[in-house]
Order: sequence, then C-alpha cells, then structure tokens
Amino acid sequence: MGMLSKSPWVIHYDGSSCNGCDIEVLAALMPRFDVERFGVVNTGNPKHADILLLTGSINEQNKPVVLNIYEQMPNPKVVLAVGICATSGGIFRECYNVLGGADKVLPVDVYVPGCAVRPEAIIDAVVKGVGILEQKRAAMLAAQKA
Amino acid sequence: MSERTIIPFGPQHPVLPEPIHLDLVVEDEKVVEAIPSIGFIHRGLERLVEKKDFIDFVYVAERICGICSFIHGLTYCMSIEELMKIDVPERAHYLRTIWSELSRIHSHLLWLGLTADSFGFESMFMQSWRLREYILDIIEETTGGRVIFGSAKIGGVRRDISPEKMAEIIKKLRGYQKDVRALFEELLKDETVKHRMKGVGLLSKEEAKSLGAVGPMLRASGVAQDIRMMGYASYAKIGFEPVVETGGDCFARCQVRARETDASFDMIYRCAEQMKEGSLDVKVTGFPNGEFFARSEQPRGEVIYYAKANGTKFLERMRVRTPTFANIPPLLSTLRGCQLADVPVIILTIDPCISCAER
Repeated sequence: MGMLSKSPWVIHYDGSSCNGCDIEVLAALMPRFDVERFGVVNTGNPKHADILLLTGSINEQNKPVVLNIYEQMPNPKVVLAVGICATSGGIFRECYNVLGGADKVLPVDVYVPGCAVRPEAIIDAVVKGVGILEQKRAAMLAAQKA
Repeated sequence: MSERTIIPFGPQHPVLPEPIHLDLVVEDEKVVEAIPSIGFIHRGLERLVEKKDFIDFVYVAERICGICSFIHGLTYCMSIEELMKIDVPERAHYLRTIWSELSRIHSHLLWLGLTADSFGFESMFMQSWRLREYILDIIEETTGGRVIFGSAKIGGVRRDISPEKMAEIIKKLRGYQKDVRALFEELLKDETVKHRMKGVGLLSKEEAKSLGAVGPMLRASGVAQDIRMMGYASYAKIGFEPVVETGGDCFARCQVRARETDASFDMIYRCAEQMKEGSLDVKVTGFPNGEFFARSEQPRGEVIYYAKANGTKFLERMRVRTPTFANIPPLLSTLRGCQLADVPVIILTIDPCISCAER
C-alpha cells in the first residue's frame, strides 16, 4: 500500500444534484461516520485531490467546470459518480437540461447508485476508489520504467 | 481611488457544497458589487409534468431539494388537493406538521454547521452535524429515508407513527432540545462570533420588504411574516407565533434561526399531544382541473407552487418560486460595501439552497 491510499484526498463537486447527495457527502465527514479517521480528507483545491467525487448529472453549463476540475487534478486520479443522478441521470433523466450521468464527459471508475445515496455507500465507494487509484499508480510507474 | 479587481467566487468553492458563481468587484478589500450567474444546476424539472402524471410528480417535487424535500412534496400535494377538493384527514395533517418541523430542525442544524465553518469555527460544525444525525435517525425510523422521505402523497400521508413510537420520539426529542439549545447559546454568546456577525450584512426593514426577502432573512429585519401564520396543515390548531428580531444583520439571522429551532421542538410536542387516532389518507379519484397557488413555509422561507391542470392525467403547467431565489436580490444588496472576508458569512446567513433556486 502506497502513500496515496493511506490518505486519499477527495474533492467534491455538485453537478446538478438536488443537494441530497451533497449533504450525505458532508455527513460522511461528521462524527457519526467520520471518514477522516481513515485519512480521507475533503479538499477544496483540485490540485491537491486524488479522487473526484461527482454528484448530480451533467448539463451544458457545468460540463466545462467539471472538465476543468478533472484536468487540474494530478495523475493518477479516480472519478466516483455518487448518486443515481451522477450514474445515469436518475429521475431527472428526461429533463431538457440534463445530458445524462457523469460518464458523458469523464471516465468514471466507481458508480454509486442510490437516491439519496447513504454515507455508508459513499465510504465504500471511496475504499473501492482507493484500490483503483493504487492500480493506476502501479501502471503509471511501470510505464515510466519501460 | 484604488483600482477595481474582479474576484470570482465559485462555482466550485470550499465554503458551499453547491455551485453558484459570483463575480465580486472589489476595491482593495471592499466589495463594490456582486454579479451573480446561476444555471449550473438547472435541470428543468417543471417541464417533467408533461411526462410524469400528477400522482407520480410528488416524487419529482420532493427531489427539487434534498434538505427541505418533505415540504416541497407537501406543498405540491396541497396545491393538487385544493384543485381536486380533497379533504385531508386530521391525523395526516398532524403527521405532515411533525415531519415538516423535523425537517426544519435538521435544516437549521445543517445551516448552523455550514455557517460556523464559513468563519472557521470547525468544532461547532462537527457538533451541530452530530446532533443533526439524531434528528435524521428519528426521520429514518418514521419514514424510512434520511433525505428523501417519500411519505407525503396526494390525499394524506403514506406512513403512520404509532402512539408508543411517538412517546419514544418525544422522550428523545426532549433530550436533544437541551443539547441544541446549548449549542445555539454557545454560538450566540461567543465574542468572536459577535465580532464577525454584528453589524455585518445589514438589511433594513424597508429594503427587506422592497427587495422581497423571505423567511429568516425577512424576520431578522423586523417583519413578522411567516406562512405558517396562515395555518396550513395543523399550524392553526397547535398555535403559531412568528419569530422576529430587529437587528437586520447576520447575528439577528442567527438569533431567528436559533429561536425557530427551539419553537419547532415545542410544536412537535403539541402535535403529539393533540393527535388523535384516525385514517391517514382518502382515496383519490378523477383528475385535477383549474389553477391554484399553494404557499408554505420552508426552513429558508416561503415557497410558492403554481399548478395549472386541464382535467387530464398530466398537469399543463407547474411553477415553483423557491425561497433562495427570492433571497438573491437582498443578498446582492447586503454584499455591496462589505469586506471580502465577510462574503462567505453573508452568503451563508441567507442559507442558500442553490438546487432549490435553479431547479
């Protein structure tokens, strides 16, 4: 286990969610669930982040913002689509201003369905994400050596 | 004359979990103007009435906002019930009031945490969210959901609370009320908090009225207006007094929310005392016809639902005016002339809910 997976830094961005998943993301940081005891830190700076936690679906206006955040993050990086809206668009799928889930613009690594998603599921997703982050890091190192 | 600089605030900003973008025009440290741009989380769900029938739409209405989800669903139901002339049973009204007030308590605790965090009071953030979890537990025990309750429906409610369960909840709530009261006291008597909030973000009574402020923002400026005074659900029966403060600054808004949270606990106790056995819902037959404005009081202020029906399964038009949208003009007015460091505090004392505002 490398340094990254001992303390993954997470950045959260709300695509076009109803706020339900966002407050559950924050609730996961609170004393009841307290993900910080596993070293998971919520950061506001994309340049510090390893994991992008995206809630809500994608629309024309937030597409450049999401891409901008993703591009600023250093490699290796992992994207989590949290909540059914980020997974597929959910109940808002048929709305005129919803393009679909996060995978319309970003390569999503972990899908977390749920409306609203539970904090336990978010923690589980971050743990899965850390595994993928570790694989990506190993692949990157191998590519550098070759 | 110093030079003007534009500082962008958001859409991705650590102080707010939701995206709103403000261009802050500053001279040195003083904000001269704030120019908002919204639309990052516009979904266009009002048009979904054409695709989901009027009974299914309750679920969409609940998902306008994840914090005041129940009150959104309730207000939508109120508008359709008025159109169809449905007489909702007494017990359903009481249960709706209880869940509305539980939503208010958890929303105000959430707001307290975020506001404390905006000026770096991290431990208050943690404590208020710790207490909020207990309220969410009660909500989960009674409705099955933490965020989206799914218990409001046209013609009544979907779930009941048994008398034994109610007694247990009241007992728990009495304990939590003490904790919540102590937490708010801690905030309001703290010198640092007073220093950061007193006289910051002033909104006069006249301005609040003319700019159309709603909710705690309006009541902190000395206007006694609360839609609960109109007595929808069972507020007329349990008695309701609006909470008013006259400071008009960020501190007064905190005081209003502190007293409102306390009053919400008392209202739940009164509901539990007065509630009698009875049916939970009435059968809904036929389709709505006509148009109606339904109003209710959310934690953030007044929400208005306009529904226009044409006697078919699908509504013709649905429109929502949410409290945060109404509070954006007063927010811009209070931001003018403030210090750059006070911007997060002022934004958070209106308790913004961007997903409500943009839908």
